[in-house]
Amino acid sequence: MELCGIALAHPVINASGTFDAIAARKAFGDALLERFPFAAFVSKTVTLAPREGNPPPRLWELAGGMINSIGLPNKGLAGYLRLDLPQLAELPVPLIVNVMGFTREEVGRLVDAFTEREEVAALELNVSCPNVETGLMMGAVPEEVCALLDHVRPLTGKPLIVKLTPNATDVAAVARAAEESGADAVSLINTIRGMALDPRSGEPWLGGITGGVSGPAVRAAALAQVYAVANAVKIPIVGMGGVQRGQDALDLLRAGATLVAVGTESFRDAAAGARVAGELAGLAANCDVSYRHQVQSC
Amino acid sequence: MAPFGRRAARVLERTEHGAYVVLRCADPDGPVPSAGQFYMLSAAERWGGGDGERPFLPRAFSVMRTSAGAGRTPGAELEFVLEDVGPGTRRLCELEAGEELLLTGPLGIGFTAPGAGRRALLVGGGVGIAPLAIWQDELGARTRVLLGFRDAEHAEGAALLSGAVVATDDGSVGHHGLVTELLEAELDADAGAVVYACGPPAMLEAVRALCTERSVDAQLALESGMACGFGACFGCVVPTRAGFVRLCVDGPVLDAAALETAIVAGAGH
Repeated sequence: MELCGIALAHPVINASGTFDAIAARKAFGDALLERFPFAAFVSKTVTLAPREGNPPPRLWELAGGMINSIGLPNKGLAGYLRLDLPQLAELPVPLIVNVMGFTREEVGRLVDAFTEREEVAALELNVSCPNVETGLMMGAVPEEVCALLDHVRPLTGKPLIVKLTPNATDVAAVARAAEESGADAVSLINTIRGMALDPRSGEPWLGGITGGVSGPAVRAAALAQVYAVANAVKIPIVGMGGVQRGQDALDLLRAGATLVAVGTESFRDAAAGARVAGELAGLAANCDVSYRHQVQSC
Repeated sequence: MAPFGRRAARVLERTEHGAYVVLRCADPDGPVPSAGQFYMLSAAERWGGGDGERPFLPRAFSVMRTSAGAGRTPGAELEFVLEDVGPGTRRLCELEAGEELLLTGPLGIGFTAPGAGRRALLVGGGVGIAPLAIWQDELGARTRVLLGFRDAEHAEGAALLSGAVVATDDGSVGHHGLVTELLEAELDADAGAVVYACGPPAMLEAVRALCTERSVDAQLALESGMACGFGACFGCVVPTRAGFVRLCVDGPVLDAAALETAIVAGAGH
């Protein structure tokens, strides 16, 4: 099993922003490392400057999922390099760092900084977070993604994974633009923009007004988008959206994904990734699935 | 340290105390929790099992009592106090002896001892009695407890602690008024006490404001909606003087001095 030349023990990783391995190690101790639930670890989005994130409330539970409006809190590039990276380097799996900038130059500076770091196996470009005012910008249309990759592709030899936004008119066209501009892989779906009203006041519940919907509620949308993108590109796809069980992961692989990411389910059970991987292995052994991208390298 | 991942815990007993339900559960694989720590709970059945079903996320509950340390091994027996206020608590309140919970924990940072020669004063109300009960178990049954409830039905929860002095909003039991009025009288008599508080946001804020005004040390067990309980979702942040902190990993017990307010947006909903 591999993605862009990175060897992986199984095809299940985490969705960015849904698992903090440093906090989890404090809560669960070294058992986390011994039974690490993901084949690679994707860290939460890093921005150039530190961010405190959106004001609370940040969460709303839905039928079959949730809406979050977190706002990408992080220590910023310097804080991440000094405080987080040394701890994440101790994980027993390859590290993929998710980065986001508010301009192409900012993304370039982030890509540049991580290119020098041996601890980092690949970079994921967040062009899709719907929680920040400018988050839709770079992933909304093919031209923007081309311009971004034209700027950052020459800066690094590390694999670049473009995390696509589902809040685009034509996700397959954006994926094709990413492939043509040198992306090594794409990942999807990010959360789908949504909102909730306070039943008592009628005002928006979330501090960020709108948020991102995740969980089983988005599973069908994820499957359709992965299927559409798989028919548009040849590069590997990391599929995610509402994966709770091995069967959900198998569906995404059958739709064209190379890897599957678990997100919201990890909130319900910290060890969900390992369970999904185990269930998937059982299913795959019994049904002779040939995955579209299984042996493809970048 | 919490075992990694979610595990099953069988309900041994379900009892009703006025408006509250107490579940006593067997947690043979779990460690003994500290006072003020919490668990993420869900029912093993009918909880996000079908698409479109609420409840979906587990719910955070401070542990109310643990019987480990009383010589029972292995693991712990855990008690949680619940009030039916929404789909999650309703489902948990339905659980009967023999049914299973799924839990993760113990999580978070609990209370710290008052220090030599200083008296602990426990103040709370509603389901906020949970962390105060386990703390009283640890500090001793004679530890002073002041509890506020809205009415007689809720005030039955006071019997879950020892010797609690009660205030009710409607005057049906004990002092007619706010628990902070009882607290003021206690602090008049002993300004060196350390206050430990848990309760609804308005009550906690009143305790915080009073203790700040009188320079009394206070540790507040706060509540905030959380999806995971172990630092992953960043959903449970509360504002402190040093910026947002994740209540699940940096709390749920915070020093009153760290807070400008104990009113947490979205809590108590």
